[in-house]
Amino acid sequence: MTHTLHAVLREQVLDAAAHGRALRPHGSGSKDFLAQSLAGVPLDMRGAQGVIAYEPSELYITAHAGTRLSAIESLLAEHGQMLAFEAPHFGTHATLGGAVASGLSGPRRISAGSLRDFVLGVTLMDGQGRVMRFGGQVMKNVAGFDVSRLIAGSFGTLGLLLEVTLKVLPLPQAEQTRVLALDEAQALARMREWGAQPLPVSATAWLDGRLTVRLSGAQTALDAAARVLGGDLLDSAEAAALWQSMCEQTHDFFAGDAPLWRLSLPPMTPVLPLDGARLIEWNGMQRWLRSSLDADALRHAVKGVGGHATLFRGGRAVDRERGVFEPLAPEVMAVHRRLKQAFDPSGVFGPGRLYAEL
Amino acid sequence: MSALPQAHEATPVPPPGSTDRPALIAELARVLPEECLITDLGRLRAYECDGLMLMREMPLAVALPATEAQVIAVLRTCHRLGVPVVPRGAGTGLSGGATPHKQGVVLSTARLNRILSVDRLAQQAVVQPGVRNLAVSEAAAPYGLYYAPDPSSQIACSIGGNVAENSGGVHCLKYGLTVHNVLRVRMVTMAGEVMEIGSAAPDSPGYDLLAVTIGSEGLLGVVTEVTVKLVPKPRVARCVLAAFDDIRRAGQAVADVIAAGIIPAGLEMMDQATAAAVEQFVHAGYPLDAAAILLCESDGTEEEVQDEIARVRALLDTAGATEIRISSDEAERLRFWAGRKAAFPAAGRISPDYYCMDGTIPRKRLAEMLEAMDGMAKKYGLGLLNVFHAGDGNLHPLILFDSNDPDSVHRAEAFGVEILELSVALGGTITGEHGVGLEKINQMCSQFAADELDMFHRVKAAFDPAGLMNPGKAVPTLHRCAEMGRMHVHHGELPHPELPRF
Repeated sequence: MTHTLHAVLREQVLDAAAHGRALRPHGSGSKDFLAQSLAGVPLDMRGAQGVIAYEPSELYITAHAGTRLSAIESLLAEHGQMLAFEAPHFGTHATLGGAVASGLSGPRRISAGSLRDFVLGVTLMDGQGRVMRFGGQVMKNVAGFDVSRLIAGSFGTLGLLLEVTLKVLPLPQAEQTRVLALDEAQALARMREWGAQPLPVSATAWLDGRLTVRLSGAQTALDAAARVLGGDLLDSAEAAALWQSMCEQTHDFFAGDAPLWRLSLPPMTPVLPLDGARLIEWNGMQRWLRSSLDADALRHAVKGVGGHATLFRGGRAVDRERGVFEPLAPEVMAVHRRLKQAFDPSGVFGPGRLYAEL
Repeated sequence: MSALPQAHEATPVPPPGSTDRPALIAELARVLPEECLITDLGRLRAYECDGLMLMREMPLAVALPATEAQVIAVLRTCHRLGVPVVPRGAGTGLSGGATPHKQGVVLSTARLNRILSVDRLAQQAVVQPGVRNLAVSEAAAPYGLYYAPDPSSQIACSIGGNVAENSGGVHCLKYGLTVHNVLRVRMVTMAGEVMEIGSAAPDSPGYDLLAVTIGSEGLLGVVTEVTVKLVPKPRVARCVLAAFDDIRRAGQAVADVIAAGIIPAGLEMMDQATAAAVEQFVHAGYPLDAAAILLCESDGTEEEVQDEIARVRALLDTAGATEIRISSDEAERLRFWAGRKAAFPAAGRISPDYYCMDGTIPRKRLAEMLEAMDGMAKKYGLGLLNVFHAGDGNLHPLILFDSNDPDSVHRAEAFGVEILELSVALGGTITGEHGVGLEKINQMCSQFAADELDMFHRVKAAFDPAGLMNPGKAVPTLHRCAEMGRMHVHHGELPHPELPRF
């Protein structure tokens, strides 16, 4: 089946390249909102679905990129395992390929690492229709450049993602969520202080004077850590729903039309004097801002503290046109253009999806 | 669609003898202080090889820039003159990544050796590339933090070298490799441009250039600054030593531990021959009648470690361990590890020479691999010591041979090739942590197809269009997939005999 599918895809890629047409590879479209441009003829990558190999004791899973993320997560859960980066789905039909292509991570990133940290290997079709495998199924592999991690977060602009291998981890033995009443500055200070200690904190979120902290690990360790943290224990069903709503942006904070900015910040960034409601995650390193501030002013302020900003959802057309992703330094953009050219010499895949220049 | 410039298909290397050495030295002397430039034969000799002593080459000159401005100046000069540059950290690498180019300049980062900042609450440190791996952890220790990747050469190897090789260590199953622990690098390209790659903030915009830079074996640029992640030092560490009368049963025990949802801080195995060899060397008190010895370390809070050790013990018991010991104090824990860490020097004591391999295989294929290697040892008539990072399937078989016997050398080389090729055939890789360098460049042809190797060349050209940065390493040209090479140790004389190797 894969062989035939690859032949069909190759034909489409070569045809597009020959005729100067662009293709836009997509899964369920759950992350289409996050794009500079959606140019190109849609190319549905859900032609191949399903798990190719999953071995719990080897800690990896390989699946076709079109496989539903929820199907993978259910299978892993049956074996007491998980995708530890807690990929946001943003839709019930989200695919594995879409998760990897967007490179987004959820609440557990502060303790477990980001999506790209878990990518072990990919099978990719480049702009010349060549099928290539990079990485593999083992944790330690330093042969050749780490192309599979380069693909993570490239939004389908470097090639067609066909198969992905991810490292998986055991589910925590136990979890509990605690809530503390703290203002923004106090919460930032508290999260940093905990971070510098060997505490099993797996997620943090601050919103409207409430700091919510999730602990994951052995029950005995959670009990000991809870005594250090203080605060009140949150009912476990309520806690699960809360973390889910933060990750999936179904929480009330994300409702409405106000532009949603994602600020990625160095760990010591203080309270930022920017107008708008804010939700703080990842010990202060990821902050969501609902703000109608001028995009340039906002980017300038964020860059000034060593961070970067993404116009994640909504916003004025004029701001979106100036770029939803943080502009790159000229020498970095030059390497991006050459990399794009290396993988996709005819510029077939998702032109302008990330940056107008790519 | 925008028209994009053509990528270079392959890496051009200037023909031998094409560099005007006196002119090159004069140009370098204009941009470097006297103490930062080595040109006399006697002092150049110290740079003719890295940890892979089998491969030696004299460079035209060695530049030791002390500032980023000097790095830029050296690279611009070489770029303008078309001279290849070989970046070098501490020179402890095992795969010949820093072997000089005979028409090129070695650029050593040894003088860029300052720790610029250590921030407890940010859990980050900013260091120059020449800083030793262990020095980072030592600087972070007063804050209760450390830098997790711990390659065996950590007392000497540099962070810049770790970035180039994506170094691992004993604890990488739980704490990750360099790629998981480096947040940002500042890198100068061959053309002398400075790039900020990654950042102190998570998830940099655009492509993940950091992932491609880490483990790039010095082919993309010279790193001048590195921001690393620091993690809180675990309060307690304890080690379980388990003996098995059958190596397959030990392999199954490893799978059982992982399948039970435990990710130990370290999980190492050695066979009976290795245990016997190290025992006479370090007197660790290993059970010598065991076919395999497993070391399993737990770290964390007192509660976590107690809990995990109890679970590990029960699993190993069920898996058929003939003996289980649990370290009662720090001295005993270190004694358990002493034998494992002495495996390489012990091989050097019982055999005139040894080759160290570095393949990784899926763990479940361990028994198959061991059986095959047993057969190979008989076929080639050579001894073999087996030590593994069992948790992640990274094997370091040590092939024992005698370099004074050409036939023994030949058999050892053939043995090594067969091991690497079987690693690939079993779904693994030719190198788990030592890098390809010059040593394993031929086996890259076994692991990757022509299109994939072509893509590696294209990625290199995106950073280094002139193809002058460490040319001829890590990625073979398509028509140059022929020779062989291994880590060669003569009479136990390691290139850095003072360093532990495991």
